[in-house]
Parts: sequence; C-alpha cells; structure tokens
Amino acid sequence: MGVREALARTWYSQGRALARPMLKLENITKRFGPVVANRRITLEVAPGEVLALLGENGAGKTTLVSILYGLYAPDEGRILLQGKEVRIHSPKEAQRLGIALVPQHPELIEAHTVAENLALGLDLPPVFSRRALVRRLAKLLEGHPLGVDLEAPVARLSAGEKQRVELLRALLNRPKVLILDEPTSVLTPKEAEALFQEIRRLKGLGLSVIFISHKLDEVLAIADRIAVLRAGEKVGEVLRQEADKDLLVRLMVGRSLAPPPKVPPPRAEVVLEVEDLLVPRHGFPVQGVSFALRAGEVLGIAGVAGSGQAELLQALAGLRPFQGRVRFLGEAWPQDPARLFALGVAHIPEERSMGVVEGMSVAENLALRTYRRLAPRGLLDYRIMEKEAEALIGRYGIRTPSPRTPVRFLSGGNVQKVILARELRGGPRLLLAMHPTYGVDVGAAEEVYERILDLVRGGSAVLLVSEDLDEILSLSHRVAALYHGRFVGPISREEADRERLGRMMTEGRV
Amino acid sequence: MRWELDPSPSPRKVLLTYALFLGLALLGLGLLFLLYGVPPLKAYALLLSPLTDTLGLAEVMRRTIPLLLIGAGLALAFRIGFFNIGAEGQLLMGAVGAAYVALFLPPGLWSLPLMFLFGGSLGALWAGLAAWLRARFGVNEILTTLMQNYLVYYLVVYLVAGPWKGQMVFGFLYTDRFPPEAQLPRLGDTLVHWPTLVLGMVAAMGLQVLLFRTPLGFEWRVLGENPEAARYLGLKGGRLILLAALLSGFLAGLAGVGEVAGIHLRLLEPAQISLGYGFTAILAAWLARGRPLGVLLTAPLLGLILAGGDALKLALSMPFRVVDVAAGLLLLGFIGAEALSRRRLVWRR
Repeated sequence: MGVREALARTWYSQGRALARPMLKLENITKRFGPVVANRRITLEVAPGEVLALLGENGAGKTTLVSILYGLYAPDEGRILLQGKEVRIHSPKEAQRLGIALVPQHPELIEAHTVAENLALGLDLPPVFSRRALVRRLAKLLEGHPLGVDLEAPVARLSAGEKQRVELLRALLNRPKVLILDEPTSVLTPKEAEALFQEIRRLKGLGLSVIFISHKLDEVLAIADRIAVLRAGEKVGEVLRQEADKDLLVRLMVGRSLAPPPKVPPPRAEVVLEVEDLLVPRHGFPVQGVSFALRAGEVLGIAGVAGSGQAELLQALAGLRPFQGRVRFLGEAWPQDPARLFALGVAHIPEERSMGVVEGMSVAENLALRTYRRLAPRGLLDYRIMEKEAEALIGRYGIRTPSPRTPVRFLSGGNVQKVILARELRGGPRLLLAMHPTYGVDVGAAEEVYERILDLVRGGSAVLLVSEDLDEILSLSHRVAALYHGRFVGPISREEADRERLGRMMTEGRV
Repeated sequence: MRWELDPSPSPRKVLLTYALFLGLALLGLGLLFLLYGVPPLKAYALLLSPLTDTLGLAEVMRRTIPLLLIGAGLALAFRIGFFNIGAEGQLLMGAVGAAYVALFLPPGLWSLPLMFLFGGSLGALWAGLAAWLRARFGVNEILTTLMQNYLVYYLVVYLVAGPWKGQMVFGFLYTDRFPPEAQLPRLGDTLVHWPTLVLGMVAAMGLQVLLFRTPLGFEWRVLGENPEAARYLGLKGGRLILLAALLSGFLAGLAGVGEVAGIHLRLLEPAQISLGYGFTAILAAWLARGRPLGVLLTAPLLGLILAGGDALKLALSMPFRVVDVAAGLLLLGFIGAEALSRRRLVWRR
C-alpha cells in the first residue's frame, strides 16, 4: 500500500469534523525565513479526547506546540478555544486561557522543594508560610494522586518524578487543554506506563490532551485520534481503531520500513579491552567496568538516566579522567579526544549540541575532524571542503538547502546525521555512541541503525549506550547495564530480554 | 504585536535601522545644542566638517590608526570569547616599550622596527598574562585586563615623573624628545603616521584571512562558538585563547608605539598618549561583529565621531564634556541600531 492509499484511508481528509471541539486550529502557517515550519495545519481536539501528534523530527510538531503555548505567533491562521477565536501572545496568556504544557525536559529549580516549584505556578501573597503553601497545594490538587513528597527537594527526584511535578504544576491552573511534549523521552518503561494511567484518568475528567511523540507504540497505546505531520504539513489523521503501525509509518516517512537487519557474529580480534575501570564523578563513581570488545561486535549498555553511562562514555572518549586499564588494539589509551579520533575512535556525544557548532556551516561541521587535511599549503580549501560535504550530504541523506547553510537551521534528526556522517566517514575501528537516535524520528533512526550496522559488518566495534531497550536489544551482541554506577554484566544477547535487562537496570542483578 | 529574534535580517533592513537610530541620536543632539543656544544645523555641519577638507580628513585618519589596530585584534579576541578590556593598558605598554628603545638604545635604522617589535611584545605580554591566568586558574579576564590598565597607567606616570623624566623639560612630566631615527614619517604636514596606518590595514586583512581561511582560525571559531564542541574535538582551548590574547595585545602595543613615535615624539602622561582608544576600539570591534575586516569600516567611523567632536569643541567653545555627550549619543545610536536590526516586530492580525 502506498502513501496515496494510506492517505485515502484517513478519515479526516474526507471531511468529517468534530461536533464540539475544545480547541481548534485553522490553517496555521508559520515560516522562518525561507523555511515553512507549519503549512496550513488544521487540527481539533474534543473534551475528554487524546489527540496524538505524530511526526518525524523537523516535521513541525514543536513549532505547532510553541504557537499553541504563545511562544511564536502564527503567520496565518486562527486558533479557536471553545468556538471563540483567541490570540495567545505569551505562555502566561496560554495558561490564563487554560492551555497547559508539560515540556519535554522538566524545567524545575533543582535546589528547591517540590512545593516551592509548584508555588511558581500560583498567585501567592508576598509573604506566606511553608505550611500554608502545602495546605493550599493539597487543596488545589485534590483528586489528583500526588505521587511525590511535596517537601522533597527536586534534585533528589527521579526523572519520572520530576515529570510528575511538571504535570502537577500544569494541572494547578485547572487547564482545559493539556499538551505533553514527548513526555516519555526521559522515562523508564514502568514510569511511562504510570504516565499513561494518569493521562487516561485526566481524560476521564474531560480534559483535552495533545500528546506529542515520534514513538508509534506509545501513540497507539494512548491516543484516541492520531494526526501525522510530515515536513510541516498534516499528511493524515486517523482514528485509533483504524490505525496500525504500518499505516502510521507510511504516513510519517512516506514509505515503509524494512525489518531490523541481522547483525553478523563478531570476529576474533579484540579492539577494546577495559579492566577495572573507575570513573570518579559527583555522587557515586562508575566502577567495576571490565569487558573486552571484539571487532564487529556491538556491546549495548543500558541504564536509567544518570546511572553513570554518560561519565563512562566521556572517560572512554578522553573527556574525563579515569583509573584502571584501557587498551585499544593492544596499545595504551591516550586521554586526548583528537588523538583518539586519529587512532580510529569515533564518538557520537550524548548531547547533539556538543557534536556541532551551530553557527558554522554544514560543510564546516562535516570537516570538524579533518580540516587540517584541507589546508595543505596553510589555507583552507573551501572548494574541496564543500565538495566533500556534498558527497556526504548525498550519502547520508542530510536535508539542508546547501552545504553553506549554518547547522542552526537544520532539524534535530539532520543534525544527528551530520554528526554521524562526520564520525563514520573515515571508517573508525571503534564507535562510542550515546543515544544515537535520541529525539530522532523513525525514518532517520532506521538510517542511523543502517549506518552503524554497515560499520559493524565492516569489522568495527561499537559501544552503544542507550535508554531505549529495543534499540539495545536489536543491535547488540552482548548487553550490560549500569546501576548506580556499578557495571552489571555483560551477558550475551541470547540470554537477555526486556525483563531481564530491566532488572539489571533497576536492581543491579544479572 | 511583539519582538522576535530575526536570525538573518536583510541588508536593507539593517541599513534602515541604522539610519533611523542615527537620526534619533542626531535629533537628541540637536535638542542639546539648542539648550546651549547653538543652531543644530550648524553643529551638525561642524560634526561632519572633518570630511570636507584634507586637514580634517587627516584628523579623522590619525584617530583611525589606533582604533584600527586595536579593533582588529579585539574583534578576534571577542570572537573566541576572550573579553580583553585592557587594550588601553596594552597600548600604554607599547608606548613604554617604544620609549625605552628610542631613549636608551643607540639610534639607527633599526630603531623604528625595534620599537614596533618591543612595544608590541610588551603589549602582548600584558594581555598574555591575563590569558594565562584564565587558562591556568580560571581567573576572569574582564577583571584582570581592566585592573592591569591601572597598573600601566601609574607605571607610565612614574616613569615620566621619575627615572625617565627628561633633562630639558623643567616642570613638565614627560621624557626627552625621541631622536629623529625613532620618529615615524608622516603624510605632509599632518599627524598621519602612515607606517602605522599601513600596519593597521595589514593587521585587519591578515586577521580576517587567519580567522576564516586557516586551520588555526577554524579552531578559534569553533572554540568561540561552542567551547563544549572544542573540548569534544580535543582542541587545546588554553593555548588557542593565549594565542589570540597575545595577538590582540601585540596589536594594541603597536598602536601605542604609533602614538608616541608618530604624534607626541616622547613618552608623556598616559591621559595624553591615548584618548581612550583602547575603550573606543571595543566599540569598533563590536560594531564589526567579530570580523576583523569590518574594522576597516568601523574604525574610521568612530574616528570621524572623535574628530568631529574635537571640531565642535574648538569652534563653539562649548564645555567640552558636552562634546563627549555628543559622541556618547551617537555611539548609543549605533548600539541601539545594532541590537534592533536583529529583531523584528511581529504584528498580529
């Protein structure tokens, strides 16, 4: 079935509309210079309904949310709340109108308590007592299961609990419309399930929920209706009953995805040897890390966010001091990122922002590792740089107007492709990858996997750190976990499944 | 209706914004002049008068020279995130170095090159000290470079009042006149010491090439835009900052050499050596938006404001602080235009 038929199956395009929508967007268009982020998008959501906004990165989801929450003004189109046209100038105005947002990453003040953070959403007298505040909050949140200790400092909460606080803060103003922006990206599977329970409960109270995601399973689990965005346009809208994974993928990426490819078995040669590695860090150290990684092997490391994965990878990438013995192809390990890269160690960093220089062009970013080679007589040859960039842009399908475009103007998925293209171009012997598909949509993620597997087939070793268990299980030969900084495992892929890996992450037992 | 950031404003918009703000600044100035009973149009004419005759142009150019040298270096330093506020002190160091060579070494053909080299090096040393403190101990360079200004200021006062005080100067606080071999050639009867001007232009162009066409400049730009990315790539951040600081200090030092060897021909009190060039050049660098080549445009512009201000002082015998207010208003206009041209007003229907 092609895209055309998929589109034909969608019901909204056939002109059915809701009788009494809570919120309605009509023909919303938003441009950023030459880029159209949203083109004539029309959406509506009824009271007590969960509308999922599904789309790849750069499809325009975030822009649309920003418009709804008063961060951007639309260039064209209207927003109707309960049938009345509204102008949302600012987040404050959005809140006043009853539109609440739970941001993707919790924006809380870590040093303060939960109650104090919640107080930021209230109109309070200049002087108030802690007790009065807690009493008032408890009253306001009556009927909502709290799930967190109001007196606990936010810094001590888990990612899931922090999000819970954000959700409670959103609910304080008794909103009519609740927007959840990629809410599960920081959650463990268990926490995500709890969030879904809560969404179902809120829905029962008559709240309209807009759920933004690029994860198909979630959307199918929670949504009543699913709108799919692609390249700034709404390409379809389906009722949950009529939707299946296949249809959604087709709508999202405009084609169907191949089944996950088979990873060939590793070779005999040992690429990376780690013995009793200890990485000092704030809080608890990362310790007891020992493994040998062979050519053509993928070792996946799972862990709840903040268990020390980031520090482990930084240490191996030369960005953080460590104790213990690390050998690469039998040689000592230099603690210098530039020398490591020269030896054949590529690194996809945890934060995309670390891997690119936003103000510099795509071509320059692709040359961040190789610019010295481009200046044989002292001056950088931009002609060659751009030519090489064009080749990489084509090979990796990076969507950019030109090699000279600053990376700032690229979407998250395309920025990730820039990093990937640059790091993999020289055929590294070892790839250190952290969250290589974080915030990347299905289509782009598939491409990222394909590139990594190409590398593995060619005999490179990969150390893959991810919070996405499916990603780890489908790519790795062996899996390990970090639990409070302690290295658990590794065990072979055949012995591992979601439950066992989950236990390793949350209980520290193999 | 509200403000949004405009990431890529059109040249026309930028131009219009500047025109608007310049107009506003002139309007404010006009009111000020009226208060003093001076017809505004006459005052404007005086402000632009340096452009109408060669002598005036020479005055503009004379002030352009130090602004160009310092501004080019600062454009580089600011771009990579080294906020050198101490160019004034580095300039004075350059003047001290020049004076030492001129007064205490045997004069000859080598005098001038040696003065530039030694003066520049002292300026570089002075800036390098702050950079080293930052790279090694994380000391904020804004504070160190600012404080270093005072140190040199009083070093110069001490020198001209004490050990280096001239033999034939009676009660005045300055050194003896430099020997002819240590005096820079000038254009005709003007005070335009052209070798320094040439150095400034070469510096602006050279830094532009260095920054945008060489691997070193590439690393500088990466570090300036995203220090985290520089760390990720394994760039030597401390060394890069030190190098940029040395360069900007060296250029400020050259400017100091030019002032004493081209205009005053002796070391004298610091307030007379420099009219705050080290600070005005911050504006030149900032208006050039981190492009050393842009300083070729902004330095003469600021030179004109300074020279025009002087013309006002002389012709109208207004209290001379008023003239500083005039220059200040014009600069504020530029700053406002610069900030506003990067935003846009969004009207909601």
